[in-house]
Parts: sequence; C-alpha cells; structure tokens
Amino acid sequence: MPVGVHEQGGAGDRSSRARLALVVLSVLLAATVVASLGYGASDASIWGVVADLAARARGGEAAMSLRDQVIVYDIRLPRTILGLLIGAALAVSGAVMQGLFRNPLADPGLVGVSAGASLGAVSVIVLGGSTLAPLVAVFGLYALPAAAFAGGLVVTLSLYRISTRSGRTSVATMLLAGIALGALAMAFTGVLIFMADDRQLRDLTFWTLGSLAGATWAKIAAAGPVIVLALAATPFVARGLNALALGEATAHHIGVPVQRLKNVSIVGVAAAVGASVAVSGGIGFVGIVVPHLLRLLIGPDNRYLLPASALLGASLLLAADAVSRTIVAPAELPIGIVTAAVGAPFFLWILLRRRGLLDL
Amino acid sequence: MIKARNVSVSIGRKRIVSGADLEAPAGTLVAIVGPNGSGKTTFLRALSADLAYEGEIGINGHDLAGLKPYQLAGMRAVLPQATALSFPFTVREVVGLGLSGGRSGALAGEQQHLPERALARVDLDGFAGRFYQELSGGEQQRVQLARVLCQVWAPVLEGRPRYLFLDEPVSSLDIKHQLVIMRIARDFAARGGGVIAILHDLNLAAMFADRIVVMHRGRVAATGTPQDVLSDGLMSRVFECELRVCVPPEAGLPYVLPHAASL
Repeated sequence: MPVGVHEQGGAGDRSSRARLALVVLSVLLAATVVASLGYGASDASIWGVVADLAARARGGEAAMSLRDQVIVYDIRLPRTILGLLIGAALAVSGAVMQGLFRNPLADPGLVGVSAGASLGAVSVIVLGGSTLAPLVAVFGLYALPAAAFAGGLVVTLSLYRISTRSGRTSVATMLLAGIALGALAMAFTGVLIFMADDRQLRDLTFWTLGSLAGATWAKIAAAGPVIVLALAATPFVARGLNALALGEATAHHIGVPVQRLKNVSIVGVAAAVGASVAVSGGIGFVGIVVPHLLRLLIGPDNRYLLPASALLGASLLLAADAVSRTIVAPAELPIGIVTAAVGAPFFLWILLRRRGLLDL
Repeated sequence: MIKARNVSVSIGRKRIVSGADLEAPAGTLVAIVGPNGSGKTTFLRALSADLAYEGEIGINGHDLAGLKPYQLAGMRAVLPQATALSFPFTVREVVGLGLSGGRSGALAGEQQHLPERALARVDLDGFAGRFYQELSGGEQQRVQLARVLCQVWAPVLEGRPRYLFLDEPVSSLDIKHQLVIMRIARDFAARGGGVIAILHDLNLAAMFADRIVVMHRGRVAATGTPQDVLSDGLMSRVFECELRVCVPPEAGLPYVLPHAASL
C-alpha cells in the first residue's frame, strides 16, 4: 500500500513530477516520430531520414534517393502524422470520458462511442451514393468524419443520460448501457454491411479491426482539424474535470459551470473519436491504457494528465503501428489487433486490482 | 448577509420547503435544526443555488439567481454531508481544489501555503501526502472542511464578508473533533464571516450558535437565540418526543435531554 506522496513542492504536491513527465514524454514522442519515419519494410533508415531532415533544414539538397523520399514523405510521413493525431485523440478522449463519468473504466471503445461513430461512417460509405448523397454533396471530404461525429455524439449523450442520475454515475450501469448501445450500433452497422456491394465491402473490412494503412494527406486534411480543435479545448476543461471528481454539486460550489463543462467534454469526445474512427476505424484500448498508466505515474490532476495522455497516446500508437507493419512483414497486421492484444489483458488487470469497483 | 425571504422548494411534485425565511448576517453562526425530513438540507441546497426555488435569496445584496457559479464560489463555500472522490488525489490536491476551482491562472505566492495551514487548522498536520480515499470518514470530512476554508478564508481575513454553509459538519466525528470543527466555524464568524450550519446535536447548537432556526415539516417553526428557541414545549412538539431543556446556572447555556419519563 502506498503510504503517501512526498516531494519537494510540499507533501502531496505532484505537480513538479508531472511537469518533468511532460518533458520526458515530449522527448519520447519526438524520438518515436523519427523512428516511425525511419522504420519500415523498406530500407529507408532512421539515419537516412535524420540526415535528410538536417540537410533540408540547412536549405540544402535532399540527402535521400527519390524512391526513399517517396516512401518517407508520401507514405510514412502521412501515416506517422495520422497515427500521432489518432493516438493523442483516443488517449485524451479516454481521459476526458473517465473524468466526466467519474470512473477509470470509461473508454470510447468499451462503452460504444466508437461503435456509434463506426455506424455513422459506414452509413456514409454504403449510402453515400444513394440515400445520403445530399449529405455527401454538402460536406464533401468531411461527410465521413461528420457522420462519425454524429454517431459518436448520439451514443455519448445517451450513455450520459442513462448512467447518470442526480449527478452520480453508476459504473455498472455505464458499462452495461455502453455494451447495449454498442451492440445496437453494431446491429445497424451489420444491416448496412449486408446491403453493401463488393467494392464497399473492401472499404468496410478495416473498420472492424482498425488500421492506419490507408493513411493519406486527404485523410489528415479531413480528420486533423477536428482532432486538433478537440485537443485544443482540453486545457479549458482540465480544472473543471478535477473538481468534478468531488461530484457535480461540489464542482458547482467551487465555481465550475458544470453544465457547460459536460457539454464541451461530450462534444469534444464525440468529435475526436468520430474523426479518428472515420479515418482509421475502431482502434481500441488506447483510451483506457494510457490515462491509467499516467495516473499511476503523475496522479489524476487533469491539468497534467490530459497533455500527458496526448503525448503518450501518440507515442504508443506509433509504436503499435511499427509492430503492426513489421511483425508479419511484408504483410501487415491491422493495428487494432495489436492494441487489443495489449489492451484487453491490461483492462482485466485493472478490473482485478479494483474488483470492488463494480459492486455499486 | 445571507437573506432568504418566503423561500419554497419542490422536488418533483412534492413541496419540501414552504415559505422559509432566514437571515445570516456576517459575523454570526446560524444553526438550522429539526427532525429528519424537515427540509433542512433542501433549504441549504436552495441557499447554495443547487436547486430551483420560489421566493427571494440574496447574498451580500446580490440576487442569488443572477450570479454565475464562479461569482458564487467567491462568496460562499459549501461543505456537503459526505464527499466520495473518484480518483486517487492526495489530501493536498483535494484541499487545493478549493483554491483553484474552475478558474484558470496560477496560485499567487501567498496562496501556495493556504492548504497546509488549513490542514493544520482541522488537526490534520502531516496528512498532505496521504491519499484521500485511504482516510477514515471523519478524516475525509475534515479534509473537506480544509478545502472549503481555503475557498473563502483569505477574503474574510481581508474584511470581506464570505459565508460557509455546513451540512451536518460533525456527524461523522468524535467528540474532540466535533469541538475542533465547531470552534473553527465559531472563529470564522468571529473574524467577520457568516456560517449557516445544519446540526443534529441540539447541545452543540446551543453552545456555538448565535441564532437557531428550527425547521418542522418544511416550514420554519421558530427563529431566535438558543435561549429563546430551546424550550421544552417547542422542542418536544417539533421532534415529536418528550424533551426537557435545562439551563444550569454555572454554564449559562441551555442543554436538551430526553425526558426521564419517556425513557
């Protein structure tokens, strides 16, 4: 049993440790990005990339062959940026949901938010040429993320309404309602898949597992702004989520505009998860593993937890992507399989550690 | 000054509080007493702006309904009956939440040490680094009191009237810490703050309150000094059992006992 936390900033003050962690995580992410650019089935190496970047920074000629340049800047770079954005979005969404629902088991993948977003995205893929053609005409490139956002929003709102009564969230109700809502969304998705033609089916297959393989600059343009906007909102909810840990009434007494906090958090989570699902499918468990590890390390203060989740989430997803594209090279494993293989046992471990949590 | 006039509160269709009046000037400690279900907590929640109400509630001359959460937080702090915490914050971090609230901006130099001083006040020296969830119920309650003190302490010391709303602040405490907490509330009032406390212990109310508001079936049955309000007839009628109020000359304060014949 930990007796307590004692540090320089006064006993119980973990802010200096958290700031140090942010620096370390930033360095880790930078290293992961460089490694991700230099690591892959092709022989364009880390050092080649570093030398090339350095040469370009000095305004000189590219230091790589044309073939390697294409591999690095048109294949690996968009994939790295997309992985970075999605890892950050999923981890921060998990942390925000956990703060909002006041329990550490909330995760967009587990409680059906990703399933709702998938339903939205699949609707556009299958019906985009027929029933939903007007939507596609209006939103263009953004029709897919917009539909995914709408699906995620409906599930998140329903979940909050169902599992929260007079400011208290029941963990068991939330998880079970999440399963039900997720199953419902998947049933509708199943109907759509049943209606899909062969070409659409190929587009749909990666939704079930999640993958970064189709990363393009167009996808980054579609999902990137939404994710960046959602991440940019997190500093404004951090203190409020801290206060919410004491309950809604007390958060209100401390001066938090609780209703606005909940609205911003729910819309932000739905936007970030929707955009992620729209471009990469359902990549699970990042949202539960990353914040949980960080809480053990720096404590639950959201002012540090949220940015740290973004950094570590991005690093972990890039690392998982590196595994997924090399472990069965030259073929490629969907990244959702890698995150689930690591994340599911981790989730069980949390459950076993906190078995009392469900006896509510 | 907290001023409530003709306040009524309904939850669903049920009217819990009807036509209640209350005045709590800065510098006084007002105790609300009454049997279970008499509407004490609901009334306090209306005063805290947690519930919709009919009637008028003013705080330092401002209409309660027109104030934003952060403005209210600057004027009054609320101690609930019990506070469960959903993540492993340290005691220091919980108390610090009273300072930062939902607002942004770093703490000023002086404020940095408020949590430690508040913890010392509630007799929790050396608890700053402990995890809140591992403390006993009584210790948690004192941590929460330190948190609410942090929220309104500094302005009171600067002479600006601020208020503490305490919902059964001592119900989970041993007798020593009951007195510790009530003395803090008393001291807060003596320095120019105002305190409204729901108390079950009539004798604590008699010892520490300047005025007592007696609630019965959603209405204010009586308001006055402990000497005025604590009478055999009123107490027995409100609490629906035979009670006897004694005033021993050496103490000068009334205390309430069950009538020997009703034992």
